[in-house]
Amino acid sequence: MDARTESEPSAMKNPTAVERKSEREMVITRTVNGPARLVFEAWTKPELFTRWWLPKSAGLKLRSCEMDVRVGGGYRLEFDVGAPQPVAFFGRYLEVTPHSRLVWTNDEGGEGGAVSTVTLEEKGGNTLLAVHDVYASKEALDAALGSYDGMSETFEQLDELLVNLGASERRS
Amino acid sequence: MVQYASVGLDVSFDALSDATRRGVLEQLGRADASITDLAQTFHMTLTGIRKHVGVLEQAGLVTTEKVGRVRTCRLGPRRLDEEMAWIEQHRQLWDSRFDELDKVVEELKRKEITDGRKNRE
Repeated sequence: MDARTESEPSAMKNPTAVERKSEREMVITRTVNGPARLVFEAWTKPELFTRWWLPKSAGLKLRSCEMDVRVGGGYRLEFDVGAPQPVAFFGRYLEVTPHSRLVWTNDEGGEGGAVSTVTLEEKGGNTLLAVHDVYASKEALDAALGSYDGMSETFEQLDELLVNLGASERRS
Repeated sequence: MVQYASVGLDVSFDALSDATRRGVLEQLGRADASITDLAQTFHMTLTGIRKHVGVLEQAGLVTTEKVGRVRTCRLGPRRLDEEMAWIEQHRQLWDSRFDELDKVVEELKRKEITDGRKNRE
């Protein structure tokens, strides 16, 4: 791994860690320099949420964002991707505990989508933030990681290559 | 270096040139399995399937571990590389999100201080 990609200690920027916690769970952690109530506000008010959720590097344009942040309420984010139909991410909130915990479903992929939980823990005016993505099964997480699909595609490409190599061998 | 790379490629090609071996990889992509499980799934003798697993193991596509009398097969380090690449991609996505979140929270903090001052006035 490239040493430069490791997060360097800096007074300005806190490191982001991503870890596969178990067969079904991914966890993202980060400290934010500010109290939990402000982080919660930034996560639950659409006009604030849309300012940070979609990184500029993604090159996508947000078309709309609806968030009904209460238990059973829904959210829907639509992006322009250069096609007539926007790409949508949607689901509903399962738990809403102000300033400490938010749980929501990810339903765009149909049934069996991951359930995401963000927990906020305030310490000395800063907030330790953890996002847990729990998938329905090991297979669902593996599929999300792309290992299985990636393998199939690799095989197809290799198959093609082998056929071509075989053909050129016969010609020579 | 070039020689190493081409030897590795030959081993992989050989490993993947067989339909049973590709089937074994697909099977292990779904779940780990013992040699006995694989022999049953692919209607082969234990010796036959061991030979195939051996080729995949040499190519780094499969690893095996013997516990007691059972040898368990799972996808090898090459799969792990893909997972690590995905995790790094995911980390970068969240990292750029959090950079923007920092700015939003910073702004809210400043606003609170200003509003607090106004309220006291």
